[in-house]
Amino acid sequence: MATGPFLRLPAREGAGTARAGLDSADINARRIIKTVLNRLVPMNRFLPLLMVALMLALLAMMRPAHAQDLAAALAGLADSDPRPAITALTASDDEKAKAALAALAQGNLYLRLADNAVVIGEKDGEMVVVTNAATGDIEDMARPDELQPITLSEDARALLGDAGAAAQGGGPLDFAGAVAALKADNFADKARAIDAFTVLADPRAIPVFQALADGRLFVRKSDGAVVIGNASGNDVALTDAVSQEKAGIVAPAALDVIFVNNNLRNVLREAVGRLGLASPDPAQRRAAANALLDAATPDTVALLREAFAKESNGAAKSAMALSLAAVELADADKTRRLLAIQVLSGSSDLRVRALLQARLSQESEPDVKAALDAAFDRLQFKLQLYGYAENLVQGISLGSVLLLAAVGLAITFGVMGIINMAHGEMIMLGAYSAYVTQEVFRAFLPPSWIGAYLIAALPVAFLVAAAIGIALERGVIRFLYGRPLETMLATWGISLILQQTVRAIFGAPNKEVANPEWMTGALELAGGFAITWNRIYIIIFCFAVLGLIVLILRRTSFGLHMRAVTQNRAMADVMGIPTARVDALTFGLGSGIAGMAGVALSQIGNVSPNLGTIYIVDSFLVVVFGGVGNLMGTLVGALTLGVVNKLLEPVAGAVLGKVVVLVCIILFIQKRPRGLFAAKGRSADA
Amino acid sequence: MSKFMRTMAAAGAMLGAAALGAHGAQAQDTIKVGVLHSLSGTMAISETTLKDTVLMMVDDINKKGGLLGKKVEAVVVDPASNWPLFAEKARELISKEKVSVVFGCWTSVSRKSVLPVFEELNSMLFYPVQYEGEESSKNVFYTGAAPNQQAIPAVEYLMGKDGGEVKRWVLAGTDYVYPRTTNKILEAFLKSKGVKPEDIMINYTPFGHSDWQTIVADIKKFASAGKKTAVVSTINGDANVPFYKELANAGIKASDIPVVAFSVGEEELAGIDTKNLVGHLAAWNYFQSVKNPVNDGFIKQWKTFIKNDKRVTNDPMEATYIGFKMWAQAVAQAGTTNVDAVRQAMYGQKVKAPSGFTAVMNTNHHLSKPVYIGEIRPDGQFNVVWKTKGPVKADAWSKYIPESAKLTADWTFPWVCGNCEKPKYAALAN
Amino acid sequence: MLDKTGHDDLKLLARPKPLLDRRGWAAFLAIGFVLIVLVPLFNLAPATGSALHLPGYLIPLLGKYACYAILALSLDLVWGYAGILSLGHGAFFALGGYAMGMYLMRQIGTRGVYGHPELPDFMVFLNWKELPWYWHGFDSFPFALLMVFLVPGLLALVLGWFAFRSRVTGVYISIVTQAMTFALLLAFFRNDMGFGGNNGLTDFKDILGFPVQAPETRIGLYVASVLSLGLCFLLCRFVTRSKLGRVLLAVRDAESRVRFLGYSPTSAKLFAFVLSALLAGLAGALYVPQVGIINPSEFSPANSIEVAIWVAVGGRGTLYGAILGGVLINLVKTWLTGAAPELWLFVLGALFVASTLLFPKGIVGLVGQWQAWRAERRSYQSATPAEKAAE
Repeated sequence: MATGPFLRLPAREGAGTARAGLDSADINARRIIKTVLNRLVPMNRFLPLLMVALMLALLAMMRPAHAQDLAAALAGLADSDPRPAITALTASDDEKAKAALAALAQGNLYLRLADNAVVIGEKDGEMVVVTNAATGDIEDMARPDELQPITLSEDARALLGDAGAAAQGGGPLDFAGAVAALKADNFADKARAIDAFTVLADPRAIPVFQALADGRLFVRKSDGAVVIGNASGNDVALTDAVSQEKAGIVAPAALDVIFVNNNLRNVLREAVGRLGLASPDPAQRRAAANALLDAATPDTVALLREAFAKESNGAAKSAMALSLAAVELADADKTRRLLAIQVLSGSSDLRVRALLQARLSQESEPDVKAALDAAFDRLQFKLQLYGYAENLVQGISLGSVLLLAAVGLAITFGVMGIINMAHGEMIMLGAYSAYVTQEVFRAFLPPSWIGAYLIAALPVAFLVAAAIGIALERGVIRFLYGRPLETMLATWGISLILQQTVRAIFGAPNKEVANPEWMTGALELAGGFAITWNRIYIIIFCFAVLGLIVLILRRTSFGLHMRAVTQNRAMADVMGIPTARVDALTFGLGSGIAGMAGVALSQIGNVSPNLGTIYIVDSFLVVVFGGVGNLMGTLVGALTLGVVNKLLEPVAGAVLGKVVVLVCIILFIQKRPRGLFAAKGRSADA
Repeated sequence: MSKFMRTMAAAGAMLGAAALGAHGAQAQDTIKVGVLHSLSGTMAISETTLKDTVLMMVDDINKKGGLLGKKVEAVVVDPASNWPLFAEKARELISKEKVSVVFGCWTSVSRKSVLPVFEELNSMLFYPVQYEGEESSKNVFYTGAAPNQQAIPAVEYLMGKDGGEVKRWVLAGTDYVYPRTTNKILEAFLKSKGVKPEDIMINYTPFGHSDWQTIVADIKKFASAGKKTAVVSTINGDANVPFYKELANAGIKASDIPVVAFSVGEEELAGIDTKNLVGHLAAWNYFQSVKNPVNDGFIKQWKTFIKNDKRVTNDPMEATYIGFKMWAQAVAQAGTTNVDAVRQAMYGQKVKAPSGFTAVMNTNHHLSKPVYIGEIRPDGQFNVVWKTKGPVKADAWSKYIPESAKLTADWTFPWVCGNCEKPKYAALAN
Repeated sequence: MLDKTGHDDLKLLARPKPLLDRRGWAAFLAIGFVLIVLVPLFNLAPATGSALHLPGYLIPLLGKYACYAILALSLDLVWGYAGILSLGHGAFFALGGYAMGMYLMRQIGTRGVYGHPELPDFMVFLNWKELPWYWHGFDSFPFALLMVFLVPGLLALVLGWFAFRSRVTGVYISIVTQAMTFALLLAFFRNDMGFGGNNGLTDFKDILGFPVQAPETRIGLYVASVLSLGLCFLLCRFVTRSKLGRVLLAVRDAESRVRFLGYSPTSAKLFAFVLSALLAGLAGALYVPQVGIINPSEFSPANSIEVAIWVAVGGRGTLYGAILGGVLINLVKTWLTGAAPELWLFVLGALFVASTLLFPKGIVGLVGQWQAWRAERRSYQSATPAEKAAE
């Protein structure tokens, strides 16, 4: 087929004028197509269809034609008279043409001797990085002698100058234009676009900035419009950035994110902060004032004062007062400084400490210095107290993790006396159950339900781990009662098999288990002291589990049977308790609880086939330290280990701290060979 | 019960037979390639992927007609994340299986463990992971990054305007040789740039550290001193997931305290929910998000081979890809798999890499590769925010460590040198 | 095979036994001859291509198995005879290994990467200016050898003294020893400890003036390992046959009763524990020059558990069972990690489960078990249907 001539169609001519530009070859081609088609189908019926198809084909060919046009124009730059080429490139709205012109102006445009291609070269040491001007791709490094620079005559340079100015100029500044400018493909241009917004001072900029900073500002692929997106399940709900009106819901694949880097995020945040002081939302005003605490510039101070005078909300007002005091700490007026110190000394913000410390070295007036000193000491003391509290809470949090990991073992090992080396794998199976549940939720349920997957995962994990636990007990462990050390070997073998099975099914790499929305973030307390929500939930969850076990043991007939079997198996048997079934169910309960622990632990750590091996040694230590067969002991043991570990960590470092804890446990067991809460009576020695 | 036991015994016998069968089926006239990556134990998380990458490359070369007219056969063993076992398996691959080359190792200690074996038996190892440098063996080709191809560009970026003009630094790492070396080099580098010692905090944690509350809180406090702070993380493998989870939940945003990591790539991020990590950084020689035809082909080839559209590619995989291609080219050029001949053919070998540049093997057994800095995206990929203009040549010996600054590595035969001040004349081998 | 009544306590208490009976000595010497004379001979004498030639890579491998066998033997001494399941024997092994490793490091001299005459590379690298005090003396082989025994021995003495005096027994002693090895693991991982951190000690050059890599040195080390194994076996055999050995057995089975009878279980257990640690230390010292690296992963609790598995699979309380288990499982591991890299964990795991279920007395107990099973079957077949129904 004679497709060649079509390709040579001048690109910038519209479809309407294309006919005029057809040469004889094109006409020939058309005639051939027409004849062929005429023979195949009745022309009159398909003419409209054919026309549409041709139009589409023409449209599709516009792009390659364009590219070839660019290549031709670029090649023209190396001609003896490059002026037509420069004119052609200037007229083009192609980014690559602009880049080539810019390179030409800077003397960075070269002719590659190997293939006569026009390339942009950037010096890098002795070598030159070569970008193909026609494709925009970085191709290779080259030696300078492989390239020939393209130089310009005076008049060509003048033409280039005009063209450059035309390209730089742009239209009048408006909001829509500024939004469109955000689509720039390098960060410097984006920064310029953000500056443009500041000049405009349009309040519509705030949501745009926030979206940009959060990576929620997109370019819609279909029409190039800039839109703000909000996650709506697996899809994205759009708002037009310019009109700020709803613009429908699309799949993420239909959008391109407008990327920013950290520097731009800071620029944006500052801008949002400035605009935020005038926000109608008091929380936003407070946040803006808070952000200005150590970042106030002279022009924001004025804004701050203005906002402070108008402010009616208490919390926002005090945040503004604090930020103002931070500014006035360096005021020329001594009384203002003293007043500022007084305001600041009431705060417990770490940044205030840094401010006071910085001022302390500059202050010359003795009484102000004394006040500074006093304020600093007070703050320091307060922060130290917070520090201890923080350590304690972290310790409890670590303790709760240990407790969760160990509590299932407290049943299988503590109550039943089975050294279950596969305990860690039960935790691992629980974590993988959480993963599978999450995937099922993602695949089959409406997106708004995803937050609930974790709740659903708990029974799933319990059932999976309990079922496998019962299978193990029936299949292997029951033959080994009374031989605890051999149980250890068998369960070790089982743990290897389980690990490798999971590796074979899910693959070796980590799996992603996301924190649901309600578990992300942290509860911010004073003095930089924050507890993350997932840890708070884990503390609550671990106590709930413990309570549940105690309830089962104390209040159900199964618990009664379980205790009876542990204390005196023969007697229990005689009394008609189905000991074998109780054994299986007890082991199932312990395993199931380990599985639920796995769900919780998936929220703070890895989900990998090795997950269990991380916890197994610690779990045994906790149970033994607390006293085998005593749930209370496990609780106290875990919390003690957690807290001691965290108290030691700032002093001795993470590793030595743990070593010290281990040595302490070893020594402690010498003192109390049966753990913290030793079981008493005859059964203890059995 | 006896029935159960019989079933167990039968299952065991079948497994054994399967194992035997797998071992027995070996073709005669093949070029054997050893794959020495852990498939079980702690390192399986990372290394299994590299094993698959080598298998993919072998598959690919066989589809294209093999090498020197022969089929290439991969011999896979499992050193099980056990370092002495690495040495044993390396010896087995070279002496018993007679492989022509070995692709393998991830951790520094596994490399150190096999190094004497490769030198003794004069074989060839391709090591595909970024590492601490300070080494150059005649028998090892290092296709991962040396510190000057990763750490220093990343820190320079953070010091610059785009990176936020960082003034205060937390160097957090796992306590082993790679972070120690990298931090030592970075400390010297930062001080040479006028950073005061009190503005540098160095912290080491054990392998698999899982409770990051204290350290994350410390970082927060350190950063509250009023200067822009960044964390340079050389935290390894498993410990990263709990670290990033703690970081995300503690509300440390990348725009407040950016974290730049040298051991976190696409594969590691696949195990983390990245929504709250957007903007944190990583420095590598390759990102999956880099757009060029070679990379597109590489990604497609990987997804087809592994039959999973969700799997990602990462830097060590790219390093394996480059290493394998270079080795195959060198063998084709030398016309033999003889180790000495192939080694000579390796120097100056070029491969169009998925990173978009041409990687070149230098005479110090390290590559010239570009450096990319990427920001984490919500989809677990990286968005390149900075890159070197061209490939950077790896230094086997760092300029910033006084003892090693004077050492060179140059294996240009016959004036050879791995760690001396001047090359020595090598007696002709064979 | 050597002694069918090896674990029959009553007969043992009745009359003292010779070290080995005639058949036992014959087997012992025959195996020794094959391992010490024939193996090196077949490695050195025939040409490389010949069918009789034993490939060179097998020598360090066999040497490694011998070291593992000594380790298994040492654990059997405390577990099989004194009832102390130590899950920290890997620690003694590693400490012995580190003592030897430190000697080997000092032998490198100026041949290190940075060419420092005194400091090992990793210390130069960490900016250490001088050798830490605990590294002094390791340039002398006798001193290092002393430390190979002294360090694990002392640790065992201190730990054992505390633990046995407080009557820590059973699972508790297992957990205590496990905590010990875990603590050492974490401590040795620290680069600040001065033992090379995670990379440990490696890149050895020579031992007693012989290059470590040379085939002759390899054979020398291999022979030394096998000889040590033989001697350790005889030593353990001697201890278990002695009066002390019988007290140990009694302690294992009924500690309180032994105490009431006026014996001191504490000192008997302490002796066995320390001796066992010494043997483990020796095994580690022989292991390090043959594998060329010692690093903290040897301290990992999983390694120690694995040793217990060797002993259990081989048959605990028999000594030769432990040796058999140690060699056999490592042989299987070597074979399977190469032959079935994706499947070997299944096979190994299944082996552990099956061995505890099917032959609780280990491989060496298998013969007796099989005979007993046949006898039972025979009597069952001859039983009346009524008796069968009653079951």
